[in-house]
Amino acid sequence: MTNYLEFEKPLAEIEGKAEELRALARANEEMDVEAEASALDKKAETLLSELYTDMTAWRKCQVARHPDRPHCRDYIEALFDEYTPLAGDRNFADDHAVMGGLARIGDIPVVVMGQEKGHDTKSRIERNFGMARPEGYRKAIRLMDLADRFGLPIVALVDTPGAYPGKGAEERGQSEAIARATERSLNVKSPVVSVIIGEGGSGGAVALATANTVMMLEHSIYSVISPEGCASILWKDAEKMREAAEALRLTAQDLKELGVIDRIITEPVGGAQRGRDETIAAVGRALEVELKALMKQAKGDALLKARREKFLKMGSKGLAA
Amino acid sequence: MNWISNYVRPRINSLFSRREVPENLWTKCNKCGTMLFHRELAENLNVCTSCDHHMAITPRERFGALFDGGIFTEVEVPAPVDDPLSFKDQKKYPDRMKTARKGTGEREAMLVAEGEIGRTPIVAAAQDFSFMGGSMGMYVGNAIIAAAERAVQTRRPLVLFSAAGGARMQEGILSLMQMPRTTVAVQMLKEAGLPYIVVLTHPTTGGVTASYAMLGDVHIAEPNALICFAGPRVIEQTIREKLPEGFQRAEYLLDHGMLDRVTHRRDMKDELVTILRMLTGQPPAVKGDLPAPEMVEETPVEAPADPAEKAEKA
Ligand SMILES: [Zn+2]
Repeated sequence: MTNYLEFEKPLAEIEGKAEELRALARANEEMDVEAEASALDKKAETLLSELYTDMTAWRKCQVARHPDRPHCRDYIEALFDEYTPLAGDRNFADDHAVMGGLARIGDIPVVVMGQEKGHDTKSRIERNFGMARPEGYRKAIRLMDLADRFGLPIVALVDTPGAYPGKGAEERGQSEAIARATERSLNVKSPVVSVIIGEGGSGGAVALATANTVMMLEHSIYSVISPEGCASILWKDAEKMREAAEALRLTAQDLKELGVIDRIITEPVGGAQRGRDETIAAVGRALEVELKALMKQAKGDALLKARREKFLKMGSKGLAA
Repeated sequence: MNWISNYVRPRINSLFSRREVPENLWTKCNKCGTMLFHRELAENLNVCTSCDHHMAITPRERFGALFDGGIFTEVEVPAPVDDPLSFKDQKKYPDRMKTARKGTGEREAMLVAEGEIGRTPIVAAAQDFSFMGGSMGMYVGNAIIAAAERAVQTRRPLVLFSAAGGARMQEGILSLMQMPRTTVAVQMLKEAGLPYIVVLTHPTTGGVTASYAMLGDVHIAEPNALICFAGPRVIEQTIREKLPEGFQRAEYLLDHGMLDRVTHRRDMKDELVTILRMLTGQPPAVKGDLPAPEMVEETPVEAPADPAEKAEKA
């Protein structure tokens, strides 16, 4: 079953009709519907590619949050060998919103980590919908320590609505944990590559996206605040999220132009949720290329310096009006 | 005190035009409601003389009280690209900026200065909550980098007074990028072996708390300051329960290990001097008011300077 987004409703109708026809034909052998059904298929295909061309920012937000998009766990399972999860922040708990450990990509041993949103009710609750508590960021810090100590590259997969706004999270120092994680990633000597695979939500994302190379999937988003949050503050109306999404310039395309990210990874027509394997493979190829390029430069603290320089310079140019 | 608010104030209002009067003479404490004579309040560093409530204080007023003899030199902050995203909500970002500049007489939400406190040379940066909620955008990032660079150049400690509702939404992702950017500035100080003291004032929230405000060698907060990542309203909406009294206030954070000290504004200067002199291996300071130091290198700026004129030029 396909989960259609709000703007895909016309598509759902056409695809539904085609399916209905075929179901009829299966029940009634005399009926020949194939010509009509394939005409509908064709129409659907055209519509799909139209819907996914020149998308509005708000539509991108919806795609970025699509429940069927591949999540962190899917990438780790498909792209990495010998994945060995490492748990805990050595302080308070193991935060399941952040997963990570040792693994190999190709034959390169790395530390891989990222926020995992979960794929059904049970796992979503367990993963807290990808919203990390301080323990999640402290686990990331620990994993970065490990990577740095043994010169392993770090691969971070970013997919979070934001850091968890909860009572315990605040009491245990959500701000401090995020600040330290960002600081730690700016102190690592080994290569750091981040891919924003879905939602890059605010400070909760930045802590895992302070990398030498930051890549984004074509329909992922990365923003200082959610469009809904921005709308309710600046428009005093959360329903103005379309306007807010547009104004925030949170698409991969805008962020590339702003120099905030380095590379966009193309998604199949209809988004990552319609071509999961293809998307995962594309991310894998991009990771190998970027990791190998960075590993060549990894002498002494060259990459650490380059990373700091990169972030110091960030924002010196705006977007063309 | 009731007779003041009920009788005197309406009478004053009737005597002068609305624009000129209230702020100039009286301020009502927003905690205990006491009407405070403005001069008296200013002399008490904007702390209520009746209930000790710490009200907002502008960076210029703060520096005037902090630096010896009220004398400090502003450190120049490079101007960022204006309105990098051509951002428009119900108002255009440049219009919001214009209003903020007019209202505060300041160019932006952070002031950086150098001078001496208790004869101890420092660089100081203070965030201005009255300027668009003190929000952190490119300018604030530039200010913190300029402050750190100046501190490294002159081998002085950096004291940073934080106050912000968070990141400046009108600069979108570029405001978010100030989190790693300012973290690099903090690393410059740490690697130069210079103290970095954060004074967290009301309110310090969001991306500001989750970057440079939580990376100090020492964290001092003003009493009752709200310090958090997610604001109390967002949390209440998420967890659907009422938060305990004092949640996310300075004293609460002190109890939870996030701060070193909570210090009354009146005692802040002495405390900073004491700590900084120990961290930099200098002998104890002579306490009390000192005459203004001799400035050799640059022409000092008398504080408070006329901010309105400055903003016009900016
Ligand atoms: Zn009071």
